[in-house]
Amino acid sequence: MAREIPYIAAINEAIHQEMARDESVLYFGQNLATTENDEFLKAFGSDRVRVTPISETAEIGMAVGAAIAGMRPVVELYMAEFMLVAMDQVVNEAPRFRYMSGGRVKVPLVLKAGYGFTAGWAGQHTGSIYGMFMGIPGLKVALPATAADAKGLMATAIRDENPVCYFHHYLLTLEPGEVPEGEYLVPFGQASVRRSGGDVTIVATGWMVGKALAAAESLAAEGIEAEVIDPRTLVPLDIDTILSSVEKTGHVVLVDQATRHASASALIAAEIADHGFSALKAPIKQVTALDASVPYSEPMEAYVLPDEAKILCAVHQVLGTAPVAA
Amino acid sequence: MKELDNQRLVWIYTQMLRIREFEERVKGTFEEYPGVIRGHTHLADGAEASIVGSLATLRPSDQLMATYRCHGYPLALGTDPKAMMAEIYGRSTGLCGGYGGSMHLVDTERGFLGTSGIVGQGIPQATGAAYAAQIRKQDQVVLCFFGDGASKQGAFSESLNVASLWKLPIVYVMENNSYNVVTRVEQEDANAAAGEPLAMKAKAFSMPGVTVDGGDPIAVYEAVGAAVDRARSGAGPTLVESKVYRLSAHGNIIAPPGVPLHYPEHEAIEVFGAREEYEAALRGDPVPRFRARLISDGSLTVDAADQIAAHVREEMQVAVQFGIDSPYPEPEAALHNVYA
Repeated sequence: MAREIPYIAAINEAIHQEMARDESVLYFGQNLATTENDEFLKAFGSDRVRVTPISETAEIGMAVGAAIAGMRPVVELYMAEFMLVAMDQVVNEAPRFRYMSGGRVKVPLVLKAGYGFTAGWAGQHTGSIYGMFMGIPGLKVALPATAADAKGLMATAIRDENPVCYFHHYLLTLEPGEVPEGEYLVPFGQASVRRSGGDVTIVATGWMVGKALAAAESLAAEGIEAEVIDPRTLVPLDIDTILSSVEKTGHVVLVDQATRHASASALIAAEIADHGFSALKAPIKQVTALDASVPYSEPMEAYVLPDEAKILCAVHQVLGTAPVAA
Repeated sequence: MKELDNQRLVWIYTQMLRIREFEERVKGTFEEYPGVIRGHTHLADGAEASIVGSLATLRPSDQLMATYRCHGYPLALGTDPKAMMAEIYGRSTGLCGGYGGSMHLVDTERGFLGTSGIVGQGIPQATGAAYAAQIRKQDQVVLCFFGDGASKQGAFSESLNVASLWKLPIVYVMENNSYNVVTRVEQEDANAAAGEPLAMKAKAFSMPGVTVDGGDPIAVYEAVGAAVDRARSGAGPTLVESKVYRLSAHGNIIAPPGVPLHYPEHEAIEVFGAREEYEAALRGDPVPRFRARLISDGSLTVDAADQIAAHVREEMQVAVQFGIDSPYPEPEAALHNVYA
C-alpha cells in the first residue's frame, strides 16, 4: 500500500525498517538522539543509536572500522559539506579497504548527507558536491529525487556491501510523494524514466528532476515531447537507459545543480559522446549552476542556479527551434 | 593479566626474532632481488618487543588495527610469512593477492582488521571496531597501533575523545620512535618540546596515559595488559606510549622509476649526523637484550636460543623463496574486488 508521506519521512522510515530488520545496522551522528524521546533511540536503544561530537573524521572513520568489524553503520552527516572535513575517510579509506585487502574485508556503510540547500545558506552549506565522488572506485553514490526513491534507495544503500554516499536534497525535505509501506527497495544502477518523449532527452537529478518535468510540460504545450530521465544513482550509472533514449531522440540536455566542471552532467556528457555520438543530431547541451560559489542574496542565488527557463532555452537550442512566446 | 610462564617468555622471544628476521629479509631483498619490492616499505625492526609484548596480552577473539609499518603484527598472530612475503613481492599468492602490498596487510581470521597508509587515519577505524565490540558484548578488546607522529592528527584527538566518552574497549598503543619520518619528535610535538611524555595527551581525554620502555617486552606486556584488563572490564580506553627506537630508516628511499630502491641509513645519521645516538640504540637492541635476559635467568639455554634462531632463519628463507617463485597476478584481476 502506498500513501503520501514527505521525502524526509520516507528516509527515516527506511532507516527505521532496516534497523528493525537487521540488528547490525547502527545510526549515529551529530545532534541526533539527544533525548529519550528520540524515535530511533526508543526503538533501538543507545547501543545502536548515538549522538557523536562534532568530529567528522571520527564519525566516518569509526563507521569504516565498525563496518569492517561486521556492523552496518549509517552516519548522519546533515550537510554534505561536512564530509569534506573527513575527506580521507570518505575517499581514501572506506572505498579502498576492500580492494587493498584483496577482498578479505567489506565496508558496508551509508553516509547520509543533505545537499543543495539553496535557500539563503550562502557559500558553504549549499553545494551539490556529488560529482567529486563519482570517480572513486569502491564508492557508490545515490541521489533520490522523490519520496519513494528516498525510501527505496536508502534501504538498498543500507543493505549494500559497499560504502554509499546517500545525498538527499534539502529543498525536497518536505516534498510529499507516494511511498510504499513495508519493505521497499529501489535497485542501484536503474535510472527512472520520469516522462517519455521522442524529441529530446533531458537527464536531471535531485531537485532538478522537478524542474525538468515542469519544463517538459511547457514543451509539450509547444508540441515538443521531452523524455526526462533521473539516473537515481550516479555510481553505478545506468548509462544504457540514457543511451537508448538518445538513440530515440538524438538530442540531449543535461541538467545539474552543480557547477559545470564538478557536475555529474559533465561525466554523463562524456559517456554519451563516447558511446552515443552517432545518434546525436546536435551537440549535447548542459544546464548547470554558473561558475561561482552559491551567493547569499536571493536574486544572485537564483541567477546562478539552473531553472525551468534555462532548461527550455537549452532544449530550443539543441532542437534549433524558437521558443513559443507565453 | 596472566603471569608469563617460561613457555610464554620463549614464545615472546621467538616471535621477536621472527619479526626481526622477516624484516631483515625484506630489507635484504632490495639487494638480493632488485626491483622485486616496489613503492614504499616500512620496517618494524626495533619495535619487536613492543609489538609482541602488546599482542601477548590478547585473546584469540580480540582485534587490532595498525599502520603502514605493519609486518610485525600478523607475524606474531600466526599469519603465514610466505603469504606475507609474497604480498610484499606483489604475487598472486600474497596475503591480499597483491592488491595491497607492504603497507596494507590484513588477516581478519586472526583479528588483524587492517591498516591505513595515511598517518593517523587508522585510529578512528580501530575506535569504530571497538564500538562494534562494545555492542557485541563478547568481551572483545581492540588494540590500536600508531606512531608518535599520528598523535598530532585531528583523527587522534577526535577518536580518543569518543572512546573515553563511550568507554570503548580499546587500548591506544603509541609506538614513539622519536621520529616523524625525518622530523624529530621535539620539533613537532609540544609535550616533547616541553620535556614531557607524550602519554600526557591522555589527560585531555580523561583517560589514563602511561609511558613504557618499548624495548622490554615484559614491561610492555604489563602496561598493555593492565590497559587491556581495564578495557575489558568496561572502564574504558588507555593511552600507552611505548618508547621504541626504529633501527632502520623510515622506509626505503622515495625515488622515481629507474632509480634502484634501497634502504638509506637511519635519519639520526643520515639527516642529523647523530651517529652516537644510533649506536646507543643498537647497543640497546631489544632482541639480543631479551635473549640475554632469558639466558641469564635460566628461561632459555644458549643451545635452545641458537636452535630457535636457526629455525627462524630457515622459515624466513623459505618465505623469501616462496615469494620469488610465486606467479604474478593476472593483470585482469585488477578489476576484481572493487565492489563487494
